[in-house]
Amino acid sequence: MRAEVQAAPFIDREEAQRARNAKLERIGRWVLPIAIMILAIWLWDRLCVWYEIPQYILPRPGVVASTLVSDAPLLFTSLLVTLKITLLSLLLAVVGGVGLAVLFTQSKWVEMSFFPFAIVLQVTPIVAIFPLINIYVDNQTAKLLICSWIVAFFPILSNTTLGLNSVDRNLIDLFRLNGASRWQQLRFLRLPAAMPYFLGGLKIAGGLSLIGAVVAEFVAGASGQSSGLASRIIEAGYRLNAPRLFAALILISAAGIVIFLVLTLVSHLILRRWHESALSAER
Amino acid sequence: MTTEVAARHEPLLQLREIGKTFANGVTALKAASLTVREGDFLSLLGPSGCGKSTALRIIAGLSSPTAGVLDWRKSLDKDHIGFVFQEPTLMPWANVFDNVWLPLRLKGKSRTEAAPAIHELLERVHLSGFEKAMPRELSGGMKMRASIARALVTRPRLLLMDEPFAALDEITRFRLNEDLLDLWQDQRFTVTFVTHSVFESVYLSNRIVVMAARPGRVFRELAVDAPYPRAEAFRTSPEYAALCRQASQVLADAMHAEGR
Ligand SMILES: Nc1ncnc2c1ncn2[C@@H]1O[C@H](COP(=O)(O)OP(=O)(O)OP(=O)(O)O)[C@@H](O)[C@H]1O
Ligand SMILES: [Mg+2]
Repeated sequence: MRAEVQAAPFIDREEAQRARNAKLERIGRWVLPIAIMILAIWLWDRLCVWYEIPQYILPRPGVVASTLVSDAPLLFTSLLVTLKITLLSLLLAVVGGVGLAVLFTQSKWVEMSFFPFAIVLQVTPIVAIFPLINIYVDNQTAKLLICSWIVAFFPILSNTTLGLNSVDRNLIDLFRLNGASRWQQLRFLRLPAAMPYFLGGLKIAGGLSLIGAVVAEFVAGASGQSSGLASRIIEAGYRLNAPRLFAALILISAAGIVIFLVLTLVSHLILRRWHESALSAER
Repeated sequence: MTTEVAARHEPLLQLREIGKTFANGVTALKAASLTVREGDFLSLLGPSGCGKSTALRIIAGLSSPTAGVLDWRKSLDKDHIGFVFQEPTLMPWANVFDNVWLPLRLKGKSRTEAAPAIHELLERVHLSGFEKAMPRELSGGMKMRASIARALVTRPRLLLMDEPFAALDEITRFRLNEDLLDLWQDQRFTVTFVTHSVFESVYLSNRIVVMAARPGRVFRELAVDAPYPRAEAFRTSPEYAALCRQASQVLADAMHAEGR
């Protein structure tokens, strides 16, 4: 009896049940989506066969996969172009968003004066703005960057502004009491306090910068000026090259997923030590 | 010895006819006068809304009075004030050491320069070994201890505390009361302590200023003549009971006098 107790610490039934559920949930989180995905691909393949759908309308998954391999040099070069725009515009969105947010929190007047403009930029569809940019800007990369930046910077700006302003009043008093300068208050108090908000905005902006880049390429690509993935899709569409179209589409989604996962990981690593929402996500 | 005792009872600051009316028209303080003496453990006792926090913030220079004067009798600068809030208000992204380091860091002291003072204080508040702990890993009492260490790390002459133990359970509160008294006797700073617990104010202070609300004002002052050190036994002594009864009576009078 005693040996038994030592061998396995006694856990009551409820706790055991909870542990089992947690374990099942952890497995399910990965296994279920993958299973559904495999099922969907299989169904897709079967549909093509059962209804004898021609390849230029709906290619079988196997064909798409082999296109992905055979067209790899072309597709991956284009992916790289798109990714370059995406990451660069994300970087600029971080710099611009955080910079503007810091500027806004330095003075209520600045915020009041300029925040509406940020909103105007945000709510106007980028597709409608692009022709203007096309007129004013010559450099191809700059055009795409501006577009993608406009789409991506707003969540960072608004989240960071919110974060910088949502500092514990008592902590601000404590800083004042200790004669902290404006810079010290920003560096030691406001920026760290805004970190979770900023990271939330960054996650959204990551996805948006990809969307911004692709949309910009679409609009630019229509006039044959782009070499990104979007132009591959347009091209393939003209030529009824559905397998390549699907392959390009898959690459874009994959890029989006990877960006999202990387940013989630980054924010998890940064917040792991202190932020509550990161903690509850762990559980 | 006698000169030192005398020095310990010289006025440190005086509030003379201090008034505070907020922009929304609320008069938080009206003609409040009181003297804080060097070495005092002075409690501000009163019902909610009588302007205790307001008075403390005015003393700290975080808020300016609309009327009256705040007279510092000894040249003190802001370095010499420590403030403890009702909540521990630690920075959640920094560990205990960094939180306590903050006031010194803001004054340009490097980590290594500040380290001896921080370690010593953490030991005094019984947090040795928790330097690396994050605030969320600490109990409420431990957080408050860290908060007290942070307030004392600059070696303030005057420690202002705004209901620091109100959110803690009784056992923890008693323990922190004792530890605070120990620190106070050891390091000889002056304390102005806001509370609405009669028992706490009698246990801790040598003087109690009872305040009344609507409008907030000083109602009466009480001396608590029981000698220090006051150990746990003091809480069960008849003397303590009598003092508490007396203070309760004054507080009841103060609340009765409200609105007149
Ligand atoms: N910033 C402010 N603006 C407007 N009114 C305020 C402000 N701060 C405090 N007051 C008002 O002033 C009065 C006194 O407030 P204060 O916080 O000083 O009371 P208190 O004695 O500390 O109360 P409690 O025990 O509840 O903390 C209250 O009626 C409160 O509503
Ligand atoms: Mg208060």
